[in-house]
Amino acid sequence: MHLALFIIFGGLCVAGALNLLLQRHPINSALSLIVVMSSLAVLYLLLGAEFLAAAQVIVYSGAIMVLFTFVIMLLNAGKEERTHGSKMAYVAGFPGAAILLSLLTYIFLSHRAAFDQAGLDDKFVTGTSALSAVLFSHLLLPFEVTSVLILIAILGAVALARKEH
Amino acid sequence: METGFLTFFLINLAKVIVVVVITLMSVAYTVLLERKLVGRIQNRWGPSRVGPFGLLQPLVDGAKLFLKEDLMPEAVYRPLYILAPMIALSCALMSVAVVPFGADVKWHGVDLFQIADLNIGLLIILGITSIGVYGIALSGWSSNNKYSLLGSLRASAQVISYELALGLSLVGVVMRAGSLRLRDIVGVQAPHGLLSWNFFGGFQFVAFFIYLMAAYAETNRSPFDLPEAESELTAGYHTEYSSMKFAMFFMAEYANMITVGCVATLLFFGGWTSPFGNLLPTFGGIFVQSLLPVFWFVAKVFAFLFLYVWVRGTLPRFRYDQLMGFGWRFLMPLAIANIVVTGLWMGLRLPMQ
Repeated sequence: MHLALFIIFGGLCVAGALNLLLQRHPINSALSLIVVMSSLAVLYLLLGAEFLAAAQVIVYSGAIMVLFTFVIMLLNAGKEERTHGSKMAYVAGFPGAAILLSLLTYIFLSHRAAFDQAGLDDKFVTGTSALSAVLFSHLLLPFEVTSVLILIAILGAVALARKEH
Repeated sequence: METGFLTFFLINLAKVIVVVVITLMSVAYTVLLERKLVGRIQNRWGPSRVGPFGLLQPLVDGAKLFLKEDLMPEAVYRPLYILAPMIALSCALMSVAVVPFGADVKWHGVDLFQIADLNIGLLIILGITSIGVYGIALSGWSSNNKYSLLGSLRASAQVISYELALGLSLVGVVMRAGSLRLRDIVGVQAPHGLLSWNFFGGFQFVAFFIYLMAAYAETNRSPFDLPEAESELTAGYHTEYSSMKFAMFFMAEYANMITVGCVATLLFFGGWTSPFGNLLPTFGGIFVQSLLPVFWFVAKVFAFLFLYVWVRGTLPRFRYDQLMGFGWRFLMPLAIANIVVTGLWMGLRLPMQ
């Protein structure tokens, strides 16, 4: 059951990512990105990280991508022109990708034994209550500092968008 | 007793089919309820010709929508134009999967009155609601029509804005229950009947009113039905849709209403528990005892739907800037204040150490 779900959603994730690159219309690419993010959420769920999965759907697929599609709809962006891209990509692209792939293959093959069962066991913090206990006790200061950082970003956005009187 | 995989699978499949059929039937009859009630409010009869008291009207309407010609305007963007109503309807129907309809009754190891009992049930509902926006947003954009686009922009902006207030209003309830599991949240409200419901005993009525307003806006219903304001936008985001595609949007709207009613019942009105607590003596066999909670649940959801229609028949539509101001400047701060007050209250009631 786990394996079947993993294959379905892993495949969906890869297919969505490929479609994201190949589509020429921005809104199709945005929708493919939503597919990728939602199938990632299912993969998190399969690993046992339930809160992370829910947060992924609510924050990424539900909020951030809505804004993406919103902007595309408002600007009424048309089809993208196919360009030749930079010279750099032509020269370094193929060897770079080849090196990366062979490195990854080597690492995966040499650690084959570890890939039997993927799952987050008791050593990791996965449940909602355990996660919030860590977040609001041990990591309270970083958490608050991050919130202040976001607040500053919001203030900046308001300052930029404000009309001069 | 160990249950085989096949039995487990078949019982669950039957459960899913029954729940989907019942939901679709109640969607159809909510439409009739709305037409009847709005009719009474406006001093007319409502549908009364088909069947006794017009009770067969929804079936005839369904048949009519099936048989209508499926128009496809020439300038639409086909893939998304077809996909949009599907997203809207499937998201509306999906959230019913985590709603518990009755007490925890097991048969062959399968929970009879809930499809999936999840630790993060409440978050799942919020997540699915936030995905449902795409149905509306894409329908308006792909129709290639100014009215549709304006309607869908209004709808998406409204849904995103009110999602915050809606989510924040639920935090107080979650704090009281200490869990996101819907069964746990109901369990907290079970012991003393009416008095321990979150609405009365939990002092969460502020949260409930925030939830109520936000839910009306989330489902694009009156008095926040600006996306479908006929006088300004013809029919809003589904102007270009006809036949079954239109019916899917229509069904999605009513299915969302039912889901919102279920969530309100579960979170604020004690779910399937009886309002009399233990005052009512237990009677009947196991059959009655397991069906009685379902009766209470349905009665509460029905009351909520009644309120929905009543509000629609009574209140005029908001203006757009009023709507946004109300959501951001009034409901949001109020919801945050409610969280703080609930936290203080819970802190005061903790035993001294």
